[in-house]
Amino acid sequence: MITVSQDAFRAGLLDARVPVPEGLKDNEGRSAGRRYAVYRNNVAVSLREALETGFPAVASLLGKENFAMVAGHFLRQSPPASPLMMHYGEGFPAFLEAAEPLAHIPYLGDIARLELAQRASYHAADCPAFDPAVFQDLSDETLMAGYLVLAPATKLVKSRWPMLSIYRYATQPGAAKPGAAPENVLITRPEFDPVLHPLDAAAAGFVQACLSGANFGAALEAAGPDFDLPNTLSLLLSSGAIAQLKL
Amino acid sequence: MFDQTQSLPPLPGVGYKPQHYSDILENTAPVGWLEVHAENYMGDGGRPLAQLRALSEQFPISVHGVGLSIGGEGRLDPDHLERLKQLVGWLDPASFSEHLAWSTHDSHFLNDLLPLPYTDQTLARVCEHIDEVQTALGRRMLLENPSSYLAFAESTWAETDFLTEVTRRTGCGLLLDVNNVFVSATNLGYSPQAYIDAFPLDAVGELHLGGHDEDEDDHGMPLLIDSHGREVADPVWGLLDLVLERSGPKPLLIEWDTDVPDWSVLRDEARRAEAALARVHA
Ligand SMILES: [Fe+2]
Repeated sequence: MITVSQDAFRAGLLDARVPVPEGLKDNEGRSAGRRYAVYRNNVAVSLREALETGFPAVASLLGKENFAMVAGHFLRQSPPASPLMMHYGEGFPAFLEAAEPLAHIPYLGDIARLELAQRASYHAADCPAFDPAVFQDLSDETLMAGYLVLAPATKLVKSRWPMLSIYRYATQPGAAKPGAAPENVLITRPEFDPVLHPLDAAAAGFVQACLSGANFGAALEAAGPDFDLPNTLSLLLSSGAIAQLKL
Repeated sequence: MFDQTQSLPPLPGVGYKPQHYSDILENTAPVGWLEVHAENYMGDGGRPLAQLRALSEQFPISVHGVGLSIGGEGRLDPDHLERLKQLVGWLDPASFSEHLAWSTHDSHFLNDLLPLPYTDQTLARVCEHIDEVQTALGRRMLLENPSSYLAFAESTWAETDFLTEVTRRTGCGLLLDVNNVFVSATNLGYSPQAYIDAFPLDAVGELHLGGHDEDEDDHGMPLLIDSHGREVADPVWGLLDLVLERSGPKPLLIEWDTDVPDWSVLRDEARRAEAALARVHA
């Protein structure tokens, strides 16, 4: 009796050149043929649609047909590593950057990173509101030694490209044409919907330092001389970006 | 074996889609419970969990997993089982169900319900996995019959016997998908009524109804695809009547997962389900 291992069943799902495994039949004992192709199609279509839903800006920049082709290559090379489809595509930015035929759109990887980060923010743990009164009556010394802990939904994506403008241009009708200046993006989630804020290099340096666990003083240092602390702090406070100030 | 704190009511239910959130809160009847896919609620927080929490205060919830790969050759993914335990732990749903299928192999998740042969060996493995799930969750689970497009030459068990034996060995219940019965029977050339005759209806804790698409195989024979993207087909409603006649009223779910329609369309399907249930009461 011919048995079909799950290895063999899977091999042909992701590669249409692999013949239908022997041992898969219709009810008259003939080779399963198109019947097997139903699974092939289900896998490819469902993964492609997950990528389309997860990366709408990349899809819009590439156009539907090109995106389907690119996604088809990616999903065969990198099927999901877990059943949590909400996080599928973690390797997509690097894949886009390494793809020779996409070399003329060098910012695609960062756009994909921005979309991944929004999804991560959307599903991140909830965080009770932060009370800014904590900042009152602090000595400079205490503040500098404290840690600004950002909310789980707060994400930072840095870029050499005008990433936010490109993203908006791709997803919002009537958005202005992107300029040339690099843009970093801070993602915050005041309630349930992630909000994107442009950040200059100094503020991005500060946020990145906080995210990587530096204390307030070290984060200030990382931000450099051009850093506008009051402005950045008020953005972080008003957008719900902060979880706590650990003293 | 396991204490069940609650169970699904014998009423129409629908597969919950976030776009229907406010409709559902406003205008529920005749929907008496909701089913969610477990994997969509395994994030750490945000809107999905907040909505589920709110809905669970108003409705009995059925958690329906699509990612455990109970029919997989390998062991169950311990991380995934842990996530499931967490979800079932805080939500305490009225029911948990999964599929007689596999979806993960070599830590690659294929996002589809893939078929397995029915042999002594796969029977033992499926039972082992169900034991593991029921022990981890501390509750009885329901196992759903698949929709089949092909057969395995190596199979030695009829699907109905296989499922009967699974319930006998593990104590699990069954989720009878009436559309899947019709799809499989058409695709594999057997009588759907005979399948129902042989099905252990006593073990059934829930019924599913969904729409299918029509295609053809290489030889021009009908090939039905379990797409969940349209209304339930008339012959499937007919088959449902036969099931209900024998099983009595059961929790009855309308599944609609692709090309999801407006709430009113889904509610019309739920009304049809309500009428089918009412015929049994009468
Ligand atoms: Fe189903």
